[in-house]
Amino acid sequence: MIAAQTPLKVSIAATAASLVLLLVVFELVRSRRLRERYALLWLLTGLVLVALSAWRGGLNTIAGWLGVRGYPPAVLFAVGLLFVILVLLHYSTVISRLSDQNTILAQRLALLELEVSSQRDAEPAEAAARAVRST
Amino acid sequence: MSDRRIAIVPAYNEEHNIARVVAELRDFDPALVVVVVSDGSVDRTAANAEAAGALVLRLPFNLGIGGAVQTGFRFAWEHGYALAVRCDGDGQHIPAELPKVIGPVVAGEADIAVGSRFVAGEGYRSSASRRIGIRVLAAVVSAIARQRVTDTTSGFQALNRRALELFAADYPHDYPEVEGMVMTIKHRLRLVEVPVRMREREHGRSSITALRSVYYMAKVLTALFVGLFRRNVLPVEEA
Repeated sequence: MIAAQTPLKVSIAATAASLVLLLVVFELVRSRRLRERYALLWLLTGLVLVALSAWRGGLNTIAGWLGVRGYPPAVLFAVGLLFVILVLLHYSTVISRLSDQNTILAQRLALLELEVSSQRDAEPAEAAARAVRST
Repeated sequence: MSDRRIAIVPAYNEEHNIARVVAELRDFDPALVVVVVSDGSVDRTAANAEAAGALVLRLPFNLGIGGAVQTGFRFAWEHGYALAVRCDGDGQHIPAELPKVIGPVVAGEADIAVGSRFVAGEGYRSSASRRIGIRVLAAVVSAIARQRVTDTTSGFQALNRRALELFAADYPHDYPEVEGMVMTIKHRLRLVEVPVRMREREHGRSSITALRSVYYMAKVLTALFVGLFRRNVLPVEEA
């Protein structure tokens, strides 16, 4: 039995879609709407998807290794999904870190506010004390 | 080292209770510095606390009980207080009971003393789901701590500087008392429980409703489990 092949149209469509993803990410980084450190995973996703989409022989071979007999482009879905999960997990860690930092900032703000207001309250008393001393 | 003492009172929208809590603390010990941490309150909590003679730390938004209490711990640590007591802003903790929790810490027998509603077996009424949850948590924490713990959610505590240093550096978020106990044990601080009386809440509602208890249990048990594998935030002092 001949192993299933990736249809040419599917390959072209998937390559085009992956290239669009790469272009969008590139544009977001260029216009500074996306930081490089958060773009890296997306760029990697795009590159891997472009490679697998355009290189039909490779996709067929990998599908064979993985035991995907019927429809090799299914591997594209799997790889895409895997990267999306990675990106989301990465974002969860980023959000956790940001909220930790946010907490610390709020606490420091409260501590500083109390310090500033207690100094402000003390100032008139000090000024009065100086006035008394100088007379 | 100074022997100054501070009371840390976290409060979220407790305008009806806070003035009395502060007044009671000051009546109990006029030398006690009372710091109210207003956790993003949108009512007159901060103003009422200030009028009652407390210092007020105003958090710009609600951090939850852990973040609020830690703000107080940081204040106490940075200002060199030798002893801190923690007391809820809803009036359920009775300042007249403070000597019981302060005692072991002042005597140098404990780094942190926790007032427990259950040690003495005095009637504290709560729903069945809460009672089961309290039992389970107490059993889990007791097993980890290898010492009997009965009230893992009590916010009525006294801490010395070692405990303050630990909690100023790292304090759990949402329901911090249980995890805090485990952190205490892991850092080999000495924890004791003392029996105290507590009041039923007078105004407002407890932050733990029956509906949330399942979520609460799942979260706390997960946190406890993961916490066992966490690196210590401060070096452990050899006893």
